[in-house]
Amino acid sequence: MPRLRDAGFVVGLAIVGLVFVAAVIGPWLTGHDAFAQDLNSRLIPPFWMEGGSSLHWLGTDQLGRDYLTRLLYGARISLFIGVLTVITSGLIGTSLGVLGGFYGGRIDDAVLFLITCRLSIPVVLVALAVVGLIGSSLTLVVSTLGLLLWDRFAVVARATTMQIRSLDYVNAAWCSGCSPLEIMRNEILPNISSHLMVVCTLEIALAILLEASLSFLGLGVPPPLPSWGLMIAEGKDYMFFSAWVIMIPGVALFTLVLGMNLVGDGLRRAFGTQVIK
Amino acid sequence: MSPILEVKNLAVRFGPTLAVRNASFTVQKGETHCIVGESGCGKSVTALAIMNLLARNGQRDAKAIQFSGQDILAYSDRQMEDVRGNRMAMIFQEPMTSLNPSYTVGSQMTEVLRRHHNTTRDKAEQRAIALMQRVGITAPQMRLGQYPHQLSGGLRQRVMIAMALMCDPELLIADEPTTALDVTVQAQILRLLAELKQELGLGILLITHDLGIVARVADHVSVMYAGEVIESGRTADLFANPTHPYTRGLIDCVPVPGKIKPGEALGSIPGTVPVIKDGFSGCAFRFRCAHASEVCTQAAPRREIGPDHVVHCHLPRQGADQ
Amino acid sequence: MTRFIFRRALLALSVVMTVMAMAFVLTRLSGDLAISIAGPGSTQADVEVIRKAYGLDRPVLVQFFDWTRLALTGDFGNSFFFKDKVATLIAQRMPVTFTLGFAGLGLALLISLPLGILAALYENTWIDRTASLLVMVGQAMPSFWLGLILMIVFGLQLGWLPISGTGSWEHFVMPAVVLAFTAVPALTRLMRSGMIEALGSDYIRTARAKGLSRSSIIFKHALRNAAIPVVSIAAVQLGFMLGGSIVIETVFALHGVGYLAWESISKNDFPVVQAVVLVLASIYIGLTLVSDILNALLDPRLRGA
Repeated sequence: MPRLRDAGFVVGLAIVGLVFVAAVIGPWLTGHDAFAQDLNSRLIPPFWMEGGSSLHWLGTDQLGRDYLTRLLYGARISLFIGVLTVITSGLIGTSLGVLGGFYGGRIDDAVLFLITCRLSIPVVLVALAVVGLIGSSLTLVVSTLGLLLWDRFAVVARATTMQIRSLDYVNAAWCSGCSPLEIMRNEILPNISSHLMVVCTLEIALAILLEASLSFLGLGVPPPLPSWGLMIAEGKDYMFFSAWVIMIPGVALFTLVLGMNLVGDGLRRAFGTQVIK
Repeated sequence: MSPILEVKNLAVRFGPTLAVRNASFTVQKGETHCIVGESGCGKSVTALAIMNLLARNGQRDAKAIQFSGQDILAYSDRQMEDVRGNRMAMIFQEPMTSLNPSYTVGSQMTEVLRRHHNTTRDKAEQRAIALMQRVGITAPQMRLGQYPHQLSGGLRQRVMIAMALMCDPELLIADEPTTALDVTVQAQILRLLAELKQELGLGILLITHDLGIVARVADHVSVMYAGEVIESGRTADLFANPTHPYTRGLIDCVPVPGKIKPGEALGSIPGTVPVIKDGFSGCAFRFRCAHASEVCTQAAPRREIGPDHVVHCHLPRQGADQ
Repeated sequence: MTRFIFRRALLALSVVMTVMAMAFVLTRLSGDLAISIAGPGSTQADVEVIRKAYGLDRPVLVQFFDWTRLALTGDFGNSFFFKDKVATLIAQRMPVTFTLGFAGLGLALLISLPLGILAALYENTWIDRTASLLVMVGQAMPSFWLGLILMIVFGLQLGWLPISGTGSWEHFVMPAVVLAFTAVPALTRLMRSGMIEALGSDYIRTARAKGLSRSSIIFKHALRNAAIPVVSIAAVQLGFMLGGSIVIETVFALHGVGYLAWESISKNDFPVVQAVVLVLASIYIGLTLVSDILNALLDPRLRGA
């Protein structure tokens, strides 16, 4: 694990930790409902700006909903989607990568072919098309992203499996009669897990960014769920006069993704991993 | 006898680590001076320090470094750049990676001549061809247009030697030039260097860990241990009469057929070369020396054993042991 | 060399075929296409008419081969919404997307190459740390948000640049900047690590021992080798940019292929969506081929002799 002297890692961990705590207990603490509209209190600015009120610390959106509560709820959505997507894509990608790296030959050729096909697909476009054609929902976004974002898992799992496959202790396991599945589970997986952890954090960040893009274009998380991307989209019409409407969720999004990237980089430095492209 | 290179009390440190603590030696014109020692004794660092090619965190210090009578210790980067490749050249241990893979052999050779002397490309190419022939490279015209990966290790090392000679240097520093090569090729390269030395009046500073090479080609030897030159002298004298326990140990390590009797243990020196850090004092070899005593915790004095034979030891040995 | 290109081209073709199949499946995902085209409030009879008109009553495989056959000749059918040939629509909008892509890549290279080289030369100094900071910010920045911020600052408050449309070159500045921002992190990192590796190599030590000048060592010897992976990745990044242009084109209302795709998705215009996916994927595949060829051309060791 990384030392506590690694400033980047510590900062990243603090950010992610803070967002996690805020997401879990935040919406409950503010005393407002993220979905309750109040058309008499629309677009109230944050308390530090002129016209702000102490009732709504970060103001209200165009339908009078408390912005802070929506922001904190949005954190839940981002984290939820990030983690679930990565679980799916991680399972798919790691399985493919380990199989290809372990067996080599035709199986590896097939895996490489699948990876190449996946890389050729314009991800945002396809995700948009799927959601657009089937209809937006949280589950659909998670499944689509999960089925699309497995490539880096596959590449890293494959490369590291190939490195380990020919090492002595793996050969020793072969000799003592272990089955391929046992070898993959007991020898290979534990030793590639540190590399995969790095990929996990980076992919969570990517999933969060992608979901925000999809929701921004209206083809991601459906309203009234307060995805940060959606909040930015809804605020776009007012941004020239009330820039804070898009700045607040944007800063939140940027900070969370930055935090995850810092954690990922810190892990990479700690494990001495080279970037495997 | 004119000295090409005189190094007095060279010291090199990397942060708290003292890679070289006290190295003094002289290379005469037309002679081969070998620096010999185990891995980690600081011999390669010494060579780089002379050229001022140390890594960024390396600091060198010396009483004097004289090259052909000029004090190059105080030379600026620009001044050293003019000397390197021109009057002082260096070849390295790994021929496989020491040439730029993206440029042809010809362009890499001509570039050094054109950098230091204003020559046309044609003239430079002619000189390159001539030198390649001299070092024993066949079909030199063709080689000009070839890339390094198309040549074998031995050929690449010959190219390195030819490249080093492009500007007709006075001193050639060779850092373990044959270690990475096959044994037969080793012998050829060493013979080539000896011939060139004779022909061109070169001074050669040869770094090696191999006593066999020292015995073959060196006119003069300096034995290094943990950053210090602990014994130096003419090759014949040193082999005939080694006085420092380390030198004696090194020579004993080389099994000589006929002298070794079956059942006899091969000579060895237990332990490894220590890394010396700030604050160290006394003789660095005392932890591995069979004859060490109390007095060895003090810095070893410089003693002259014979004409041109110097040793740094409190208790130098004479004659045969046991 | 030709054998290498041939094999790569063959691989590329197989990938294109697979993506074609995928694009086809994609549009059939929402269930009965005829119903979606007919729209809400249509009767069963209407749906049947549409089904026959668009050939949706035939077996799926037949539909697929038909589409494939036509697609290979460049005929992607007609758009439901625009009442025009899909191929024409795409061709009309390609120049905008390409301009944006090349402008973005050019800008990205202009920033990341010097930045990466400087970061490597002054490794672990404030210059390097600033470069790292820029890389981190670029990686975390949502592109659509950056676009909006630039619009507010440069479009509204400073009034320097127009915020939407495709009238003049000024319309492309902000979009190109946003696009460049997405590629700068990866390219800078690559340039930096490549230079650090090159500068620490044995052949650079030889170059220094030859007394070559500092600029010669950095630019002639080190950069020549460090730039090889950067150049080939740049080609691939262009592919990503073209695929990801949909977000930026939508934010800035640039009528390129991405914007077309966006409109078509919202209007369930399947032929267009299918075709755009295929075209973008093919361009990406072509660019990876170019990238491999560039790699082989620049690195003498790969040319095979």
